[in-house]
Amino acid sequence: MTELASYNFAYLDEQTKRMIRRAILKAIAIPGYQVPFASREMPMPYGWGTGGVQVTASIIGPDDVLKVIDQGADDTTNAVSIRAFFQKVADVAVTTHTQDATIIQTRHRIPEQTLREGQVLVYQVPIPEPLRFLEPRETETRKMHALEEYGLMHVKLYEDIARHGRISTTYAYPVKVASRYVMDPSPTPKFDNPKMHMYEALQLFGAGREKRIYAVPPYTEVVSLDFEDHPFEIQTFSQNCALCNAHGVYLDEVVLDDKGGRMFVCSDTDNCEDRRAHGHVGEMLAQDPPLGKEAAE
Amino acid sequence: MTDTPLFKVSGFSKFYGNRIGCKDVSFELWPGEVLAIVGESGSGKTTLLNCLSTRLMPTAGSVEYRMRDGQFRDLYHMSEAERRFLMRTDWGFVHQNPADGLRMTVSAGANVGERLMAIGDRHYGKIRETATDWLTRVEISTDRIDDQPRSFSGGMRQRLQIARNLVTGPRLVFMDEPTGGLDVSVQARLLDLLRGLVNDLGLAAIVVTHDLAVARLLSHRMMVMKDGYVIEHGLTDRVLDDPREPYTQLLVSSILQV
Repeated sequence: MTELASYNFAYLDEQTKRMIRRAILKAIAIPGYQVPFASREMPMPYGWGTGGVQVTASIIGPDDVLKVIDQGADDTTNAVSIRAFFQKVADVAVTTHTQDATIIQTRHRIPEQTLREGQVLVYQVPIPEPLRFLEPRETETRKMHALEEYGLMHVKLYEDIARHGRISTTYAYPVKVASRYVMDPSPTPKFDNPKMHMYEALQLFGAGREKRIYAVPPYTEVVSLDFEDHPFEIQTFSQNCALCNAHGVYLDEVVLDDKGGRMFVCSDTDNCEDRRAHGHVGEMLAQDPPLGKEAAE
Repeated sequence: MTDTPLFKVSGFSKFYGNRIGCKDVSFELWPGEVLAIVGESGSGKTTLLNCLSTRLMPTAGSVEYRMRDGQFRDLYHMSEAERRFLMRTDWGFVHQNPADGLRMTVSAGANVGERLMAIGDRHYGKIRETATDWLTRVEISTDRIDDQPRSFSGGMRQRLQIARNLVTGPRLVFMDEPTGGLDVSVQARLLDLLRGLVNDLGLAAIVVTHDLAVARLLSHRMMVMKDGYVIEHGLTDRVLDDPREPYTQLLVSSILQV
C-alpha cells in the first residue's frame, strides 16, 4: 500500500519551520520582545500548548531528547499527549529525566534542577501581553513597550497592596528582561521567577492563539518588578514534600479525602522521584512501610 | 508673571479634508495665565484644544512650548516619546467625561498614583501618602482611596480626574468643558476648587467651554471662536462686558438671567 499522505518530520512543513525559526532568532536578539509569527493550526485545541508545540517542532532534530512537563509533572494528560505527538511525528527519544533532555517543553513550571548550557526550555504561553488586563488596546500596549512606558505595570502591583496588604500576584508575575522589556513569564508561579535570572539554558516562549514568540537568552538579567517598601518575595512552604521530604521546592496540595486530609508533594515529579531513588523519605512514605522500603532500596 | 510666554501658537490651522476645523489661530500664553476658548458647538474649540495638546496633528502652523530648561521646542517636531513624556509630567488634560481620563477599574489611589509610577516612583508608602494628600486637596474623603471611580458621583469623578492630572506638578493644564454634565451646585464647587488650585499652584491653563460663567470665573483672557476662526480675543472682563463682534454680543446676551 502506498502512503498517500505522510507527515513531514516534526509535523510542520519546512517553510513553516523556517518562518518560526526566523521569529525565534529575532526574539533571542531582542530579549523579552514579543515577535509576531504566523501561527498555524495544530492538531490540538488552543490552550493546550499550540504555541509551545510549534516552537518545539521548529527546533527539534532527530538527535534531540524531549521531555514534556505540565505543572511540573511528566504524567498528566497534556504532557503525555504532547510527548506521544512528537514520538509519532518526529520519532525522537523522550525522557522524563530533566538532566537527559535537550529540549524541555513546559507548561507553568521551571524544573527544580538547574538546567545547563545547551538545553532549551520551551514555555506554552496563553497570554503573552503583561499589560493586557490593564490596557485592552493592542495598539496602545505595543506603543507602551516601544516607548518603555511601564508605569501601568506598577499600578497593578499598587492595587494588589491596596487591596490585600501585599503583592498578591502569585503567577504570571511581571519581570523586566535585560533592563528593557517587561515580560509575562507565562503562568509559572512566581516561585520560579528567580530561576529565570541568569539562567544557563535558553528559554523560548510560544503563544499559539496570540501568535507571539519571545525569548530569554542564556545568562540574561531577569528582574521581578516590585516596590522599594514591598520587595518581591516568593512563596514559602512550612511543610516538606510528603514523599521525598524535599524543602525549598514548589509543592502541590493534594486533597486525600473529604475529612480534611491533605498532603503536600513536589510539583516537579522527576525531581521527587530522583530524590526518592537517592533514599530520601518523606512523612507519608515513612508511615507506609512497604512503599518506604521500596523507595529506600 | 515672567516676560517670556510659556506657549506660543502661530498661524495654526487644522482641516478635515476640505472642511475647516480651525484656521489661522495665533496666541501666546504666559505662566500662571488662564485662557478660555468659548464658542458654540462645532466652532472648532475642541479641535483646537486637541491639536494644541498634541492629541491631533495640525495641517499648518507651529506650537512652541517653553520646556523647564527655558528652551522653546516645537511640539510637532518632538519625538512621540518626548511628547508623551511631556503629557504625563508637565501637562495635564482634563476631559469632559471623567471616564475618558480615569482608569475606571483601578482604585482612586492608583489613579492618582499612576503618573508618579510612570515617572519612576517605586515607593508604595510615599505614593499612597501623595495620593491621600491630593484626595484631600480635591475634597474627596480619604476613606474612599481604595474605591474604584465607578462608585463615585460625577462631581467626585471630575475632582479625582483633576487630582490625577495635578499630582506631578504640571505647568500647563488643558481642560475640555471641565464642568460639563454636572449640576449647578456641583459646578460651583468645582469651579471654586479649580480657581483655588490654579492660584495656589500658579498653573497656566487653556479651558474650552461653552459656558460663559466658567470663563468669567476662571479665566484671565478669552478667545471667542466661530466657524473655525477666532473672531474676538481679549481680557475676559472686557470681552464679556463690552463685546465688539456681533456674534459675541449675541453670545453674551443669550445668557439666561434668573
